[in-house]
Amino acid sequence: MKLALDALHLVLPGGKRALAGVSLEVAHGERIAIIGPSGAGKTSLLRLLGAALRPSSGALAIADVDPWALTARALQKLRGRIGMIHQAPPLPPRQRLVTAVLAGRLGAWGLWRGLASLAYPADIAGARESLARLDLAERLFDRCDRLSGGQLQRVGVARVLYQRPDLILADEPVSALDPQLAHQTVGELNREAQTRGVTLVASLHAVDLALRWFPRIVGLRDGAVAFDCPPLRVSDAMLHDLYATESQTIPLQGGEPLAHPEPMARAARGAATPLCR
Amino acid sequence: MQVGVAAAPRDPALPARVALVAVGLLLLWPALELTEFDPRKLFEPSSLQVMGRFLGTFFPPALGQEFLGLVLRSALETLALATAGMALAVGLALPLALAVSDSLSISRIGPAPHAWLRRVLRAPLRFLLIVMRSIPEIVWALLFVRAVGLGPAAGVLAIAINYAGMLGKVYFEIFEAGDTRPARAILETGGGRLHAFFYGVLPVALPELVSYSVYRWECAIRASVVMGFVGAGGLGQQMELSMRMLEGGEVVTMLIVFFALVLLADAISALLRKVLT
Repeated sequence: MKLALDALHLVLPGGKRALAGVSLEVAHGERIAIIGPSGAGKTSLLRLLGAALRPSSGALAIADVDPWALTARALQKLRGRIGMIHQAPPLPPRQRLVTAVLAGRLGAWGLWRGLASLAYPADIAGARESLARLDLAERLFDRCDRLSGGQLQRVGVARVLYQRPDLILADEPVSALDPQLAHQTVGELNREAQTRGVTLVASLHAVDLALRWFPRIVGLRDGAVAFDCPPLRVSDAMLHDLYATESQTIPLQGGEPLAHPEPMARAARGAATPLCR
Repeated sequence: MQVGVAAAPRDPALPARVALVAVGLLLLWPALELTEFDPRKLFEPSSLQVMGRFLGTFFPPALGQEFLGLVLRSALETLALATAGMALAVGLALPLALAVSDSLSISRIGPAPHAWLRRVLRAPLRFLLIVMRSIPEIVWALLFVRAVGLGPAAGVLAIAINYAGMLGKVYFEIFEAGDTRPARAILETGGGRLHAFFYGVLPVALPELVSYSVYRWECAIRASVVMGFVGAGGLGQQMELSMRMLEGGEVVTMLIVFFALVLLADAISALLRKVLT
């Protein structure tokens, strides 16, 4: 799914400026990681891309159309093609995993199939398969409140895998996972996007995860794009700049060294155009 | 008192407290006057005599086989009346609460189909709920006794209407107070309003809904006895007959059965709450 953002501004109801002039072009099937300090506007940006928030000004095109110019039906249909993975998975505690995962396809199913699925799950095999990709197959009929925070986060991922959307949006999808599971889960998302040729935009707190898995890195700071580069061109200096307000250290997964220390050093030496695009 | 040591300060809240108590008593006085409340009257020899005679007829409780059979049938009738009335009330209240609640309004996240129609309907439906619950069940019962004749059917209708008004309001408040993120997430992936309700709102709200409804069922059992006095069937109707004929023994037997019913309802509601939450 193609995305085009032109000078997007977003002012939240409280009066806070979340985004201040973001412009991005995303081609069909691209995989992008958004990094930046907390409060930089990562979540707001993803919610705009998911047509869940309306920009205050600027032009937004999702799959070549302005979602806010669509009719109600068409907008609902468009939203059905977008899958959002939330940092805190919005799952009712008493819901069973099978139901929570199957809910991913409600947009495609229509009213009656969706309601009938509450009486008897409409696609147990499909839900099981999605959960299996995140090592949760045996918890299929467990309730969500029996799971740990990390497991719940993976259920949120499984729901979107089951949805099979044309655009996968992920808001810190592995923030509650240990480094190994985080790599596995981000890897699974990337495989899904690559094999089906769909667009993936993920915000990540851990910089090394972003650099390792994504061919395009967007640094966001104070609601604006600080840089937009392939991982090899992301330099230490750029990262230090990006996180300057938060602390002196760059957030990493498990404190290991960055995935591409050498090329980054090279890039830093020859960094004539730090903004890349 | 030692020289140079200041006296301990007085509690500055004292005047306010004294004033509050005084105002409370002043407000209570006209209420007691209006209701002609005079405890001395209660202990006048003539009233004591009358009450004593009435209470004297209470013993021994009537235990004739025929009468016990009649009481048992009436008790079952009361139980059925309360349960049927509650079932109807829940069936009425759920759609009404869903219709008047805004937490599910799709228009909050963009254009929604028939949004104007819902907005127009919301106010009259809220008004309808108020009318249903502000007219006491006993008045509804008097009305329905005229419509469908003496007997439990009138009680069922009265409970259904009056309790649907109460349940509708409380259900609606429970929907609004719960975590709305699950429902929003469903709407944001293209699900419809009913999908969002059944997949996002109901599983969150269910424990509270059940707990409140079971409590109301208990109230309905008590209310059905009162309604029996105006001819709406059940234990109350029998009790009214026995009282009018000054058969104190029968009254006390029915009071004991009624007490047992309330205990039973209490036990069942405790069990249901434990199982369902």
